[in-house]
Amino acid sequence: MENLGLFFALLGAALSAGLAGSGSAIGVGIAGRAASGVVTQEPNMFSKVLVLQLLPGTQGIYGLLIAFITLTQIGIMGGDPNISLAKGLLYFAACLPMAIGGLISAIAQGQCSVAAIGLVAKRPDQFGKAMIFPAMVETYAILALLVSILSIFGIVNVPF
Amino acid sequence: MTGAYIDKNYVYAVARIRGAELKLLNQSVMDQLIAAKDVAECVQILSEKGWGDENSSAAAPEEMLAKEREKMWELIDELVPEKTIFDVFRLSADYNNLKAAIKESTMEYDYPGIYISESTIDPEGIRKAIRERSYGDLPDSMKEPAQAAHEAFLHTGDGQLCDIIIDRACLEAVREAGRKSGDEFLDMYAELTVASADIKIAVRAAATGKDREFLQKALCPCDTVEINALTNAALQGEEAICSYLSTTDYVDAVEEVKKSPAAFERWGDNLVIRRMKPQLYNAFGLGPIAAYILARENEIKSVRIILLAKENGFPEDVIRERVRETYV
Repeated sequence: MENLGLFFALLGAALSAGLAGSGSAIGVGIAGRAASGVVTQEPNMFSKVLVLQLLPGTQGIYGLLIAFITLTQIGIMGGDPNISLAKGLLYFAACLPMAIGGLISAIAQGQCSVAAIGLVAKRPDQFGKAMIFPAMVETYAILALLVSILSIFGIVNVPF
Repeated sequence: MTGAYIDKNYVYAVARIRGAELKLLNQSVMDQLIAAKDVAECVQILSEKGWGDENSSAAAPEEMLAKEREKMWELIDELVPEKTIFDVFRLSADYNNLKAAIKESTMEYDYPGIYISESTIDPEGIRKAIRERSYGDLPDSMKEPAQAAHEAFLHTGDGQLCDIIIDRACLEAVREAGRKSGDEFLDMYAELTVASADIKIAVRAAATGKDREFLQKALCPCDTVEINALTNAALQGEEAICSYLSTTDYVDAVEEVKKSPAAFERWGDNLVIRRMKPQLYNAFGLGPIAAYILARENEIKSVRIILLAKENGFPEDVIRERVRETYV
């Protein structure tokens, strides 16, 4: 029972990488299907639709980053992995914004990318504008990342 | 697990349709065709746009159109493996083939060229069933009208009566296929097809002074048009039809009826094109694919009108009045 703190902190890190990564996989997957459709008709569109396909992939990277920082902070990657239950729960809570925000925003961004890929297929000259719409969704993934990072670094200063 | 791999939103298919939409003829190409001096020039313009194949020539433009229809259905079959989904579009070909088979059966010679491919049932099957009078071989919804129409044609020799029975059965089948598809867009298409056909029948019947019995045989029930009211209006004349239509969703037909018969004929097709335009902005589902099928069918119809008009030397403004709106 003395390691329960560590367990919760690890669970937070796992969810952050796992859920945000799953969201990205769904998002990149659905955008990839649309991209394949466009490239079947117009092979020279490959580079344009590839960029749009990759946009929902960033949430997975953010999730990994949060997991990595958490693992470092709790000492599992070297150092003393002994933290109290209260601290463990705090790390768990700190990881949640990235886990949930990453999952949902990546799926939404994937769907938006599909629409943007359709736009580029019809009007290849409007690629710049097509990029902006799915990029807007990124804002909320970044906000989640920010809150998770600030929380994790703030936990060190908590007195217990 | 396999369910996860089935593309329920047709994301890949819609993206390919977006690419294919670029090859649809736009208004400026239609204008070029209308302004062309003869059939050869039209065929030249169409070939440049990738229509037909290396065998296409100005001598047989109809083959070029048939080829385009085949190409379209090839693409659709590749994208949507469940063939029955788009029955709502293919059914009219079946009933057209049924009409052809009934009329051919009384002729001395065979006319294999009158059948349309890309139907839900093999035309040869319909031909055989009619020739041998084995109506039981036809699908359930076709058995009864096929027998009634065939007998009517054999007894009275009245081609119009035979056509009415089959057209009505076709509309009923389309309406039913729309409901069965479970797709909102396909259902809307079926409803619009039936409603606009009913309105067309009523207007023509009023112009030619048809009686109640005719209207009751020809009009097909649907949700947006009350056929009893339409029948009564049609018996009173064009004015009554217009005043009835202004109480329905199809109030814009009134203006076209008053303009000219050609403008009114065009109205039905334009109505469908206008209602499906929002699908241009839809990235998921069957809607955009269905809209593409319709756009392609409509485009081929417009080109056929232009080619026939050129062959017969009609002036530009007459053609313009008959050519349908484009989807893109």
